[in-house]
Amino acid sequence: MEKYLNISNVSIDFPTPNGPFRALDNVSLTIDKGEFVSIIGHSGCGKSTVMNIVGGLYQATEGGVILEGKEVNEPGPDRAIVFQNHSLFPWLSCYENVELAVKSVFKGKKSPKEMKEWIDHNIELVHMSHAKDKLPAEISGGMKQRIGIARALAMEPKVLLMDEPFGALDALTRAHLQDSLMEIQTDLNNTVIMITHDVDEAVLLSDKIIMMTNGPAATIGEVLDVKLERPRKRLDLSDDAEYNHYRSEVIHFLHERHARKVA
Amino acid sequence: MKDKIINFLELTGFTWFVPLVKLATGESPTQQLRDLAKMVGIPLLAIVIFLGLWHVGAAKVITSLGQVPGPVQVWEQAGNLVDEHYIEREKEKKFYERQDIRNAKKLEKNPDAKIKVRPYTGRETYFDQILTSLWTVFVGFVIASLVAIPVGIISGLSNTLYSALNPLIQVFKPISPLAWLPIVTMVVSAVYVSADPMFSKAFVTSAITVTLCSLWPTLINTAVGVSSIDRDLINVGRVLRLNYLTTVFKIVIPSSIPMIFTGLRISLGIGWMVLIAAEMLAQNPGLGKFVWDEFQNGSSNSLSRIMVAVLTIGILGFLLDRVMLTMQKFFSYDKNAVIR
Repeated sequence: MEKYLNISNVSIDFPTPNGPFRALDNVSLTIDKGEFVSIIGHSGCGKSTVMNIVGGLYQATEGGVILEGKEVNEPGPDRAIVFQNHSLFPWLSCYENVELAVKSVFKGKKSPKEMKEWIDHNIELVHMSHAKDKLPAEISGGMKQRIGIARALAMEPKVLLMDEPFGALDALTRAHLQDSLMEIQTDLNNTVIMITHDVDEAVLLSDKIIMMTNGPAATIGEVLDVKLERPRKRLDLSDDAEYNHYRSEVIHFLHERHARKVA
Repeated sequence: MKDKIINFLELTGFTWFVPLVKLATGESPTQQLRDLAKMVGIPLLAIVIFLGLWHVGAAKVITSLGQVPGPVQVWEQAGNLVDEHYIEREKEKKFYERQDIRNAKKLEKNPDAKIKVRPYTGRETYFDQILTSLWTVFVGFVIASLVAIPVGIISGLSNTLYSALNPLIQVFKPISPLAWLPIVTMVVSAVYVSADPMFSKAFVTSAITVTLCSLWPTLINTAVGVSSIDRDLINVGRVLRLNYLTTVFKIVIPSSIPMIFTGLRISLGIGWMVLIAAEMLAQNPGLGKFVWDEFQNGSSNSLSRIMVAVLTIGILGFLLDRVMLTMQKFFSYDKNAVIR
C-alpha cells in the first residue's frame, strides 16, 4: 500500500580526498499521515543526514524520498524544518520572522488580513504573543525555539522536520517545550520527523522510534512502536511500567547492541 | 526629550556629553560630576600634556623657515585663515554689488544693451578648500562603494568568482595612491575630453585615485561577511524557495551589514588619507593643494599654516569616521555590539 511518506533504499556518499565516504546505507522507512517519528542514534551516525535528505537539502546518491506520491529532490515549505539553533533572522522581530515565511509561502493565496491572522494564530499556538515584537536577541533560548516552531508550523507543512529541536536547551525548558509540542500535536496532528539523542524525549513524544546503527554506512537498526496512550502525561509515565519498558529497549539498543566504540 | 538626546549622543559615540545632559536635568549631581571627571577630565589632561610637550619641543628646532611653530602660533594662523575667509567673502560681495550697479546703469541708458554677468574669480579661502576636499573624497568614496558592495556580495556568494577575483584584489590592494596618480592623470586627460567639462580634470583625477584606493577594504569585508553567513539561515531561505534576489536582499545583505560597514569605515579612512596626497599632485584645490602651496610659498607663517591644515585633516577624518560609526550603529541589527 502507498504510504504518506516513503523513504526507500536511500544511500548517500560524501566526496572526500580518499574517495567517496558512505554516510548512509540503504535506509528504508515509511511514515503514515499524522505519525510522530523520532530518529535516535549516537552523534555522527547520520540521523541529521536522513532529515536533510527528506528536507531536500541533500541529494541521496541512491534511492529516493516520495511524499504523497511525488518525489522530493529540492527543499520546500511542504517540509518545513525546525533547526537546532533556531535559525531566526536576528534583524527581524519574532512576528517578522514568521511573517517572512508566511508571505513567501502564501503569496497570492491569502489576503494581507488573512496572513496577519495566520501569523498571530501561529505565534499564539506557541504561547509567544506577549513577545512577538521583540528581537530574537531579546528573548531566551526556549522562546527562540518556540518562534522557530511557529515559523515552521506557519508554512502548513505536510511533514514537519525537527533537527534536535530542544538539544541546545536546559532540561526544564526542554520539558516545557516538549509539553507544548504534545499539546500542539493533539490539535494539529501533523506528520513529524524529529531527530533526537534524548531517550526520554523520544519515548514521550513518538509513535515510532527509529534507532540508527553507527556509521560509516549507518542504517536503520531497529524500529520500536510506542503504543502508549495519548494524551501522555510526563508525571504519570515516570512510574509507568510500559513506558519504562520502551525506555530500556532504546537504552539497550544504544548502549549494548550498538554502543559506540570510541566515545 | 532627555532620553532622546542621550540616545542620540550614545548612537553617535559622543558619550562625553551624556553626564552634561544628565547634570543639566538635575540628575544626581555628584555622580554626574564624577562621571564627567572620568570621561572628560582624563582625555582633557592628556591633551594638555600633549600641547605642553609640543610647545617645549617645537621651540628647540630651528628650520630654514624659522622656528617650528608651537600651539600658540598655530592657533594664531588658524585665526588668520578664518579672517582671510571673511575678507575674501566681503570682497566677493562687493564685486557683485559693483557689477549689479554697473549693469543697472547700462540698462537705464539703453534697455536693449547686452549685459555681462561675470563670476567672481578670487582665490579660494581655507573653507572653500575644505569643502572641495570633502566633496572630492565623497565622490570617490561613493563610486568605490557602489562598485565594491555589489561585487563583494556576488563574489561572497560564489566561490568560483571569489577565487577568480582574489589574486587581482590582493595585487591591487597594496598599491600606493602616488603610483596610481600618474596613470590616472594620463587616462583622464585622454578620455575625459569635453569643451565644457562639468568637473575639472584635477577633481576627476583625485576622485578616481580615491576610488582606486578605497575600493578594497569594502570589497574584501563584504565578501567575507557574505561568505560567512550562517548556513542555516541560507537553508531557511531554501526551504522557503526564495529566489536569488530575495535571498540577497532579505537574508544576505541584512546579515552582512556589520561587516559591510566595517569595510566602509576603513575605506573612508583610507580614502581621506589618499585624497590629501592626490590633491597635492593633481593640484585639486583642496586641503592637499593648500599644504603643497604653503610649502612652496615658504613664508615664515607657512609651517604654522600647514600645521593648521594637518590638524584640520585629522579632526575631519575623525568626524567622518564618527559619521560612518553612527550609520553603522543605525543600520546594524546588533545594537549592543561594541564598535570601536
